Amino acid sequence: MSALLPDASTMAPRVDVLFWYMIGLCGFVAVGIFATMIYFALKYRAGSKADRTGKHKQSIGVEVTWTLVPFGMFIAVFIWSLFVFARLHSPPAGAQTVYLVAKQWMWKIQHAGGQREINALHVPLGEPIRLVMISQDVIHSFSVPAFRVKQDVLPGTYTDLWFTPTETGRYSFYCDQYCGLDHSRMIGDVVVMAPADYARWLAKNPAPENVAARGAALFRSRGCSGCHGANASVHAPDLDGLYGRTVHLADGSTVIADDRYIHDSILLPDKQVVAGFAPIMPSFEGQLSEEEILELVAYIKSTTATAHQPPSVGSESTHERH
Amino acid sequence: MSAIDAGIVPQPKPESAAPSFYSGDQSLRGWLFTRDHKRIAILYTLSITLFFGLGGAAAAMIRYDLIVPSGELATEVYNKAFTFHGVVMVWFFLLPSIPVTLGNFLLPIMIGARDLAFPRINLFSWYLFVGGGAFVVAALWAGGVDTGWTFYTPYSTMFSNTNVYLAIIGVFVTGFSTIFTGLNFIVTTHTMRMPGMTWMRLPLFVWGLYAVSVVMVLATPVLAMTLALVGLERVVGVGVFDPALGGDPLLFQHLFWFYSHPAVYMMILPAMGLASEVISCFTSRRVFGYKFMTYSMLAIAVIGFMVWGHHMFVSGMSVYAAMVFSLLSFLVAVPSAIKIFNWTATLRKGDIRFTAPMLYALGFVGLFLLGGLTGLILAAPALDEFLHDTYFVIAHFHYVMVGGSVMAYLGGIHFWWPKVTGRLYSERLAKFAAVLMFVGFNVTFFPQYLLGYEGMPRRYHSYLPKFQELNIISTGGAVLLAISYALPVLYLLWSLRYGKRSPPNPWDARGLEWQTSSPPPKENFLHPPVPREAYAYDEPAL
Repeated sequence: MSALLPDASTMAPRVDVLFWYMIGLCGFVAVGIFATMIYFALKYRAGSKADRTGKHKQSIGVEVTWTLVPFGMFIAVFIWSLFVFARLHSPPAGAQTVYLVAKQWMWKIQHAGGQREINALHVPLGEPIRLVMISQDVIHSFSVPAFRVKQDVLPGTYTDLWFTPTETGRYSFYCDQYCGLDHSRMIGDVVVMAPADYARWLAKNPAPENVAARGAALFRSRGCSGCHGANASVHAPDLDGLYGRTVHLADGSTVIADDRYIHDSILLPDKQVVAGFAPIMPSFEGQLSEEEILELVAYIKSTTATAHQPPSVGSESTHERH
Repeated sequence: MSAIDAGIVPQPKPESAAPSFYSGDQSLRGWLFTRDHKRIAILYTLSITLFFGLGGAAAAMIRYDLIVPSGELATEVYNKAFTFHGVVMVWFFLLPSIPVTLGNFLLPIMIGARDLAFPRINLFSWYLFVGGGAFVVAALWAGGVDTGWTFYTPYSTMFSNTNVYLAIIGVFVTGFSTIFTGLNFIVTTHTMRMPGMTWMRLPLFVWGLYAVSVVMVLATPVLAMTLALVGLERVVGVGVFDPALGGDPLLFQHLFWFYSHPAVYMMILPAMGLASEVISCFTSRRVFGYKFMTYSMLAIAVIGFMVWGHHMFVSGMSVYAAMVFSLLSFLVAVPSAIKIFNWTATLRKGDIRFTAPMLYALGFVGLFLLGGLTGLILAAPALDEFLHDTYFVIAHFHYVMVGGSVMAYLGGIHFWWPKVTGRLYSERLAKFAAVLMFVGFNVTFFPQYLLGYEGMPRRYHSYLPKFQELNIISTGGAVLLAISYALPVLYLLWSLRYGKRSPPNPWDARGLEWQTSSPPPKENFLHPPVPREAYAYDEPAL
């Protein structure tokens, strides 16, 4: 089955079963139709003595049958594929996050521990990995055929993709969305290592700081702490423990503080203003790279709520105004 | 070769040949300012053949580059070659091919009319088409375009430094040619049918043209608007699609595929109608399930508008949206399946003559079947997530568009050649070309399914060495394919001078077009034709 392509993730065999079932079904239909056509072509060639009574007859019954049978078969395949698709989009809890920034024409990868690599991704065997991805310029697409996964990488917004590798080895990844001149050079390898080897690889590539620590440094050096810090005089929301909470917005709606929300709040602060705060934050558009924003998001994620904080940002201020 | 071998039915000599539409004004002016739909059809045929040659040359460059893993051409040359191939083949060959040539020539004759409803607009459409084509050729002349025919943003608006603007204007202008042609066909079909030619007596080719015209009129304006926005963003910097300007790149994809998916059906619907004409004639049998064939074409035209999202399963759209688009994509396959079954059933109890047009039509059914079935695989988002943007997709849509549409188009050209030109061609060479195309096509594109499964991405100028063998086979097939395209050009041109003269109805067919002389007079009919049920092969020819 996998003579052409290895099955190297937990999802690969599930996708393959569906794929080969579909190939079998399509092959069966194609062979059946071709055989019928050839049979008719030989039997009813002009001048043959085959019986042709009822030559021009039509049949509603036959038509309805071959409308409903494919319809039923398609619906069955559709439902099956939904289950596989839903799993492809449900990363297991506790998946290890790896950050990926795509640009013309390279993949920049940063591990949670701070290790960086370009056009290569080292991962431990059997661990679920979740890639959080963003592009610095045009649309790219991250594809690992051996894992049967692919996801476009967009500018301006995060997309994600997960896999759990099941075989050690090197597996090619490609950029699958045309992105300009050197699109075909935007390739690399996922290196799946036994956990011990992976630990050794991590130790051999020590990072001075992990991603969150880099984010913390940026939080101070770029002046975020001047307003959002504990001792700030400016009236700005406290960000400790923000990640994953429900945020009440000035327009009355709410939003979950996820990667995308924090990313947008840094670049487009006027888009979603927290209830009870004036829209005074300047945009950091063009001043922070996507990698720096990923580090800031990782820092905010790493913080925990301080004791005096309300459970959700903005809700108390809204309350005070009533 | 005897006349029977060639599938040509001997007939008494027609009473004094009427002056054909070729007589009359022979000057260049008489052609360039003609309002005769038959002459305009010939202008179109010459133009799209030229564009097919240009697009084919670009395809040859692509296949040449991919012989070695590192790529034979410079990267930017390759990127411009596949963009030019896509733009020219989609908008300047495939979309117009059957409607503006055979459709233009046959639609009025098949319904017993003298011309299309708006002859002047018909001529104007041709000028728009050629004008749009001139912009695209100008874009090539100025150095080419490297965005891919899909013009994805923000690459096309903010990053590519090639002649995007010229190419967009070309496609924009030619879009109006498509809209006017569609409008002309719709009005003609509604208002110009001769007495007795009821809707349910229309040949399936007319139904195919009608369905495609509706899609043309509804979908093409969306393309025009989208490309205008791309132009605005590129030139003025209005932020619509580029997130750096506050736009959304996925908005472009939604708008583009809202047009471009129906555009796929614009390419295949006329081919479906055309194949039905040919298969019915050479089985001397009514098309099995005429009504279901009609309704399934209309169903494809309608559902075809609701499946565009299946081009975007991995683009970052919501999981739930992907599920809905997947369901609709499976549904649109049902009417296509009905058509395959009906063509097969039409062979049953027929008197099958294996003429060149029939070989092309049967080849169309086979290749369309293989393209359609692999479309089902891509309709499942779980599998598309694996195969999207690989050569599997390339193989799939070439099976539908080239194996399907081009094979049908060539079948139509061979079927109506005696009617249009009044000459017969060499059946032996024509059969050889049809078989060669079928073989060459499969050798070219079947390996691409395997390449896609192994993960080779599309639009790659260079590739990993493990993909080389299959690429070489594919390039070899492309050589066969090129020969199979060049052959008809040669023997058809030869027939214009040396071919035997054709009787009015060389194939013993039943459509109204066979009741007039070959080639038809300027007025199409000297005596009013007699409309009957479509495909009245149970009655003698008139």
